[in-house]
Amino acid sequence: MAKRDNTSTDIELKRTEEPSELLRELVAHLRQNRTQLREEWVVRISETRLLTAMTKEEIFAEATSVYDSYVEALETEAFEALQAYARNLSERIIPRGVETHEVVGIVLLLRDVLARSLFAKYQTDFKKLNRILDAYEPAANRIANTVAVGFVQERERVIRQQQEAIRELSTPVLQVRERLLILPIIGVIDPQRARQLTEQLLRGIRTNRAKVVVIDITGVAAMDVTVANHLVQTVEASRLLGATVIVTGLSPEIAQTLVTIGVDLGKMNTVGDLQGGIEQAERLLGYKVASITEPN
Amino acid sequence: MEVPILKQGAFLIATFQAALSDADLNQLRMGLVQQVVKFRSRAVIVDVTAMDVMDSFASRTLREIAHMIRLRGAETVIVGIQPEVAFAMVQLGLTLEGVATALDLEEGLAYLNERFRITK
Repeated sequence: MAKRDNTSTDIELKRTEEPSELLRELVAHLRQNRTQLREEWVVRISETRLLTAMTKEEIFAEATSVYDSYVEALETEAFEALQAYARNLSERIIPRGVETHEVVGIVLLLRDVLARSLFAKYQTDFKKLNRILDAYEPAANRIANTVAVGFVQERERVIRQQQEAIRELSTPVLQVRERLLILPIIGVIDPQRARQLTEQLLRGIRTNRAKVVVIDITGVAAMDVTVANHLVQTVEASRLLGATVIVTGLSPEIAQTLVTIGVDLGKMNTVGDLQGGIEQAERLLGYKVASITEPN
Repeated sequence: MEVPILKQGAFLIATFQAALSDADLNQLRMGLVQQVVKFRSRAVIVDVTAMDVMDSFASRTLREIAHMIRLRGAETVIVGIQPEVAFAMVQLGLTLEGVATALDLEEGLAYLNERFRITK
């Protein structure tokens, strides 16, 4: 890495070359040594075990594009193309599980590889090296910044999209028999979804004139204390509407949470699985399911 | 505004109106507790369908009515609690424990008929 404090001692030095001229020289150097520097970069990437989700060939192909965009951005100082490329790249690699630190890591690696090559080239002329770095570093930092921000923005867009999808996944309140509703809950419940669930359930009880509701939470791996409390409140609110709630499929983690918050288990009617829940609901409603083939 | 108390067979029915003052509620409580013994009623149905908000005083009164009626030897069923009201009550911790509830008047009557048919 460059030692920035050295530049201050060089202040009296008359600058013979414009920064843009230096950049041009720099870009020419990077173009000339493209193959070698790119190779070195790819080796460094696999050494540091970044981008493990991608194959060697893919890394090489992406590295080539990134390298060229990088040099182009250095040359033209126009970051729009790079930004667009970063977004496009992110779109492709995010679904494959590439993490933010990996993307930032490879860009910083490239920055280091190129800086090293500059050190090697100008090691005899320290003053020139300093000026070259003066031109190189701000541009390189801006590139790193652009790529990282592009990646994070894309990631956030994906997350927002997924949140919306989850919200739109309706929470169906299904009638399985006269006056018996089931409410299967799958996935993560956040406070907002919990509120939506409660509203739909209470409305469903009213419109279907339900007496028994089976809430199946087999598909919920864990819930926090707020949501667990909300579940208990939903059970109590349903009772105020005259409906009995049976909760089925509690995972061990959720059972633990309910015990920790001290739920009065007398109020909660729980059955191990959905089948058992429906059977108990049928008993409460006075149904008896009999087989046709084996009358008893 | 006084809440009328209707006698329907072995049951008493009281219907809450939208805007009841605390005095009306107290009057209703006393009326129900007196009449339940006077008419030898087996149960009281309190219909709160018209109430789209229920403050803490109203729900506390409901619970008190239920407990007093039990001490007087009868049972209480609260019917017609609106979904929004139900959740608001639960969040305030007013869960009417030990008080029977039903969706509406019809359900409440069906519940009581079922219950007293067995013991008749």
